[in-house]
Amino acid sequence: MASVPNNRFSQDERRRNADHISFLKHKGFRWLWIALLLSIVTGAGYALIDQDPRPNGGSWYGYTLGTIGLLLIVWLSLLGVRKRRISEGQWSLKAWTSAHVYLGLSLIVVGTLHTGFQIGWNVHTLAYVLMMLVIISGIWGVYAYAALPKPLAMNRQQMTRGDMLEELTVIDRQLDSAAQPLDRAEADLVLAALRQDTFYGGPLARLTGVYPGCQTNRALNGIAPTSGAAAQSVHDLLAKRAKQLSQIRRQLRTRAMLEVWLFIHIPATIALLAALLAHVISVFYYW
Amino acid sequence: MAFLIRTIAVAKSGREISRDRTLDVGELTVGRAPENDIHLADLTVELQHLSLSDAGGGMLRATALGQLPFSLDGSSTTEAMIDPNAGANIIVGPANLEISREGDGPVQIIQSVIKKSAATVEPTKSFALASAMPSKRAMAWTGALAILILLLSVPIVTHLTRDTSVKGTDYLTGPDQARINQVSFDSTWSSGKLSLAHHELEDNCEACHATPFVTVQDETCLTCHEELGDHADKPRLKTGMAPLPAGEAWQWAVAETLGNEGPGSCTSCHLEHEGNVRLEAATEQFCAECHQDLDARLTDVAFGNADNFGAKHPQFRPTFYTEHGQENPVRVSLDTPVEEKSGLIFPHDIHMEVNGGVARMAISLDQYGEPLECSNCHELTDDEIGYKPVEMEPACEACHSLVADRDATGAFTSLRHGDVSDLMEDLATMGKGPKRAVVTGRERPGQFATGGTYAINFGRPAASLIAINRALLPGGTCGDCHIRTTTDGRPDLIPVNLPDRFLGHGFFTHKGHEDEECTSCHEADTSKVATDLLLPNVESCQDCHTGEALKEDEQPFVLASGIKGMIDRGEKVTSSCAMCHGYHTPTAPWPGDHPILQSTPEGMPNEMDAKSTDSIASISAMLKD
Repeated sequence: MASVPNNRFSQDERRRNADHISFLKHKGFRWLWIALLLSIVTGAGYALIDQDPRPNGGSWYGYTLGTIGLLLIVWLSLLGVRKRRISEGQWSLKAWTSAHVYLGLSLIVVGTLHTGFQIGWNVHTLAYVLMMLVIISGIWGVYAYAALPKPLAMNRQQMTRGDMLEELTVIDRQLDSAAQPLDRAEADLVLAALRQDTFYGGPLARLTGVYPGCQTNRALNGIAPTSGAAAQSVHDLLAKRAKQLSQIRRQLRTRAMLEVWLFIHIPATIALLAALLAHVISVFYYW
Repeated sequence: MAFLIRTIAVAKSGREISRDRTLDVGELTVGRAPENDIHLADLTVELQHLSLSDAGGGMLRATALGQLPFSLDGSSTTEAMIDPNAGANIIVGPANLEISREGDGPVQIIQSVIKKSAATVEPTKSFALASAMPSKRAMAWTGALAILILLLSVPIVTHLTRDTSVKGTDYLTGPDQARINQVSFDSTWSSGKLSLAHHELEDNCEACHATPFVTVQDETCLTCHEELGDHADKPRLKTGMAPLPAGEAWQWAVAETLGNEGPGSCTSCHLEHEGNVRLEAATEQFCAECHQDLDARLTDVAFGNADNFGAKHPQFRPTFYTEHGQENPVRVSLDTPVEEKSGLIFPHDIHMEVNGGVARMAISLDQYGEPLECSNCHELTDDEIGYKPVEMEPACEACHSLVADRDATGAFTSLRHGDVSDLMEDLATMGKGPKRAVVTGRERPGQFATGGTYAINFGRPAASLIAINRALLPGGTCGDCHIRTTTDGRPDLIPVNLPDRFLGHGFFTHKGHEDEECTSCHEADTSKVATDLLLPNVESCQDCHTGEALKEDEQPFVLASGIKGMIDRGEKVTSSCAMCHGYHTPTAPWPGDHPILQSTPEGMPNEMDAKSTDSIASISAMLKD
């Protein structure tokens, strides 16, 4: 026990340092180097080993790559299980995540070489496409988690999500009373704007920030500010509402871009596991 | 008309605040505009929405003033008569108006606000994308189940429940083409298009993939390709094969433990699902892998190693008769001095000499009209690959007449050719025809006269008895071409032994070489004796043919320029093993209807037509016999 420091400072310091190192840089990019090595070795094997008549997933090298790929995919998908089990030790979640990212990237090489560049409309290519979809969505996820929190925070401008909604409620209340003198047609425009769900719009609208059915904009265009004092006031309030909405929608868009990868990554992973099963069984069923 | 309006509001604390006011008007109006008797500050309400007026007789007339209706007792309307004493419920926008009257008192309107149900979703939660997307779990299950059912379960179940009595060729020619595509969705398992030859089976995976988890078996291939011969016995094939690279050896070891038929199986060479392509001929390298050092593994093989026709190919070993009367022909290398003992005497040189006596005779005969050519005696087979056997009568008889006598009518008769017994019979009956009368000046009387029963020809005796012996001797009718012998004490001729095919393990088409003189390869013009074999050796072929790749000093053969003179031009025909050898049928390359022969790449001389398939089949059959 002599080697263990008698105060916990250095131990805690090490831990604190570790806590602030990105999973990407974990242990000096250990898993990056391992993944690179795997990619280079499999790539060199592909280039140097003469497969007659042409490279194919069914050659001995093809089977080797396929087996490596299969094991990698199964292990990578187990991150979902691992992250739900809080544990300490050598296999820290950070190490696991680091390996998940880099080994997942090396699958681009292993999986593509396994195909022998033979692509078609079949279950085998389906598995490959799903694998690539998972990897690409994963790459987007890593990028999004690194890049998007900043614009997300910038957009908030010290406001909480509740603040933004509250702001909108205040505007709506003013709008409601300002619109009282309006005639039916104009009142209906305001009403439609007020009644429309703040979070109206599907995933596509959220991702693109384009809301073609936005009633606030419609009302803004439909009520001429020149047709009276009430209309002027309503128009100003609608403009204010639109501004507030656009802040909310920018927030929604950034959130969507931040979160969308998981909506692809996870279902595609599960579909990939199913396609992989179908791929392996079908290959040997019709051996 | 008097109205008592009671407005009930709910304070934040939940307490109800009730306020009454009385109005005495003929018409009571409800609307969003402030001047209305009942002012409803709500955008769903018209500026002037509803009027309640005295309709007389204690009745109230409710009329919508704008475009929007109002709700009366739950149904939407724009005009209605109301009996306040009976009570009514009107809804305008957010307001609920309870109308009642007691006796003939004032019409009482209790105005209250309809409670809206509060939103149940935490609004900030809606910021998450999850609120706009189907759940990840649902998507995952849907995708995975769709794949497992459509792409895995359906093919497996339909494969296991299919009609297994349908087999092999049934898939192409059977009833209803064997109920096309018995297995559903298994085309999604196909890793690539089938080769051109198997294209018809694209939708019938089960035609080849008959048993689950078992590789395509040779037996299945042979259901359709039953005519194919083995390259060699399987055990010998295995011994003769070059050692596999470690990776492949390992794969085969694993595969064979799992029931794969191993490296000698059909599928080990004929890889399918590599696209809609033609089956490629085996490359030189494919053959060379085993044959370049075959003797190291198969020590008892008679033939030499080969890896490249231009560089390493064993000498030809034609099959022919080396002894008179031999039962079977033998194979002898052209590297050794060879003498063919066909039993014939035939000097080619005399017959081919353009200025010789034979030529003079040929010129004098209508049948020829000019000096003899090879084709006067040697006729190409119908498939133009080889030559028909030379038959004496059409080929030789124009000059070497067998005419020996006249029959009773005076017409010439010929000796029968081919059998000595026939010949002896013919010779024995010679001279029975009419002879020129011996003119003595004396007529014989009666039955002794010519044509009478006892007539005797006193002319010179015919040479018949002498001829039987003499015909067989050199200079005799037969002895010109045949060799005399004695069988069982009787005079006889050595039987003619000529093989139909000299080079039985390779393939050569004369058609492909028709531009060339026969004598370029067959030195017949200088051959004085029939024991000259007159077959070209491998070196002769190598004058024009090289291996699959040209050597440094060789020029590629230009088909358009023709064969003649190509040696002088330094051109060579690149020749893979498959040009002369077939893997499955050792005597012939691919049949004429083989897809690859439909297009003739440069240097592939064999433009065979469909007929040649039959001839190849017959050659194969002959060699099997």
